[in-house]
Amino acid sequence: MAHVSNTIIEIIYLIATALFILSLKWMSGPTTARRGIRAGEVGMALAIGGTLLEHGIVDYRWIAIGLVLGAIIGVPLGLVQMTAVPQRTALSHAFGACCVTLVGTAEFYLRTPYVPRFMMSVLSLEVILGALTFTGSLMAAGKLQEVLPQRPITYKGQNFVNLGLLAIAVAIAVRLVMHPGQTHLFPFMIGIPLIFGVMMIVPIGGADMPTVISLLNSYAGLSAAAMGFVLNSKLLIIAGALDGSSGFILSVIMSKAMNRSFANVLFGAFGQVQSSAAADTEAKTVRSATAEEAAGILAAANKVIIVPGYGMAVAQAQHKVRELYDSLTKRGVDVKFAIHPVAGRMPGHMNVLLAEADIPYDKLMDMDDANPEFPQTDVALVIGANDVTNPAARTDVSSPIYGMPILDVDKARTIMVIKRSMSPGFAGIDNPLYYLDKTLMLFGDAKGFVGDIVRELSGSAHH
Amino acid sequence: MSPDLIINSLFVFMLAGFIGFEVIRRISPLLHTPLMSLTNALDAIAVVGAIALAGEGKSTLATILGTIAVVAAFSNVVGGFLITDRMLRMFKSSRPQKP
Repeated sequence: MAHVSNTIIEIIYLIATALFILSLKWMSGPTTARRGIRAGEVGMALAIGGTLLEHGIVDYRWIAIGLVLGAIIGVPLGLVQMTAVPQRTALSHAFGACCVTLVGTAEFYLRTPYVPRFMMSVLSLEVILGALTFTGSLMAAGKLQEVLPQRPITYKGQNFVNLGLLAIAVAIAVRLVMHPGQTHLFPFMIGIPLIFGVMMIVPIGGADMPTVISLLNSYAGLSAAAMGFVLNSKLLIIAGALDGSSGFILSVIMSKAMNRSFANVLFGAFGQVQSSAAADTEAKTVRSATAEEAAGILAAANKVIIVPGYGMAVAQAQHKVRELYDSLTKRGVDVKFAIHPVAGRMPGHMNVLLAEADIPYDKLMDMDDANPEFPQTDVALVIGANDVTNPAARTDVSSPIYGMPILDVDKARTIMVIKRSMSPGFAGIDNPLYYLDKTLMLFGDAKGFVGDIVRELSGSAHH
Repeated sequence: MSPDLIINSLFVFMLAGFIGFEVIRRISPLLHTPLMSLTNALDAIAVVGAIALAGEGKSTLATILGTIAVVAAFSNVVGGFLITDRMLRMFKSSRPQKP
């Protein structure tokens, strides 16, 4: 292969960088987003092509094998079910972090014992962040795929152990910055963050996954940026910074939506908070309704807002929900969807699941758009969501979720909740919404119950 | 690594961080999942570092680690773009599209 001068390669990288930024810019809305992918793909192809033309490359065999194997693994990962996208995303964070860690390791052994201090510092950052993101993301993927127990596992002194591990890794890094020839320390600087990554995810439950995945996204980006410093590649620094800031923004949005700080998500496993609220449930009564009654009320409504939660995805009910949407829309009912930022297992997950079921995206409202509409809504239909509709978050100072922004479902004229049983949500908190006079509980499996409502609606259409 | 080079790189990092912040803040929550899979694919640009290691033949260790790194990063390139495209194809409007 012909080799090209470094200046030309740098110009190719410059164009690739511009395309990456445009790619993200075009992601801002659904009409331009696919153009964004094209820009990203062209930028990537240019960057890889440019690299292959570099002077230093003498042997293409291993590169070819790597690219072919990568493509073979990548294609199935690009074709997973939409419900499996969160674990796929976690897995790809692990792959990205794996790449960065391996490159950092190789660079260290190529350069030792003469590694300038700044370079050793960023190399340590690269390897520590990469290693903990690698195992942390694998753990997250395992929990999401349910090959690992989803319940948070906590023990006494957990935070102490975790922070201790991290402190040791940092201490080793400092030592290596001072004495980069001490190669025997390097494996520990990888091994300890690998263990830390596992320990970090052990206490985290399913409902915290949106925040955790975003945070791991951010770490993966930062480690890649650190790698850019080591390799003196502006392209990598910029791509890493973009990815890092994206993950960071998403984690801020997610933790705000749960009214929790990062520190609280990472160090304060939920679960220990049930005690206060769960006491006085048996005295209260709920009203329940059949599919026939629910269908009647929905058919008579002018405006319906459906509030989907992760329970809907678990029950695979989204296609039945789409049938309900069609059936009601045909009768002239205005049907929209209200989506809480943490509905699902990763940011925006619920939107993708509903889009997959062919529900038009302009019917999907985020929390800020949906809340002013609930007071004018005839029926709010809650499917598989719980804590994000709990009015105690607004009113009950003693509630563990007090202050968490919620969907104001209780302001609708009638509320219907499809639920298997009266068991509480992930936080173990009772939901006063269920005991309101205007609330009807529809007990059953989400998919089955929505299907029954659809059947009632189409049946009554013939009268 | 000269001090100039370090400072230059830090400037680049800072500016890119701000650009990322401003660009990504404007992205609708509707598209947060495809956003994450897209940034994941773009982040896999780390593959260029891996390619250099795998091809430069500086040491056996570097070649082995570089090759594995190429596999890991390139699977993200392929998988990331593929799934982002699949997701975005599903987003349809109820209003007729303008030609």
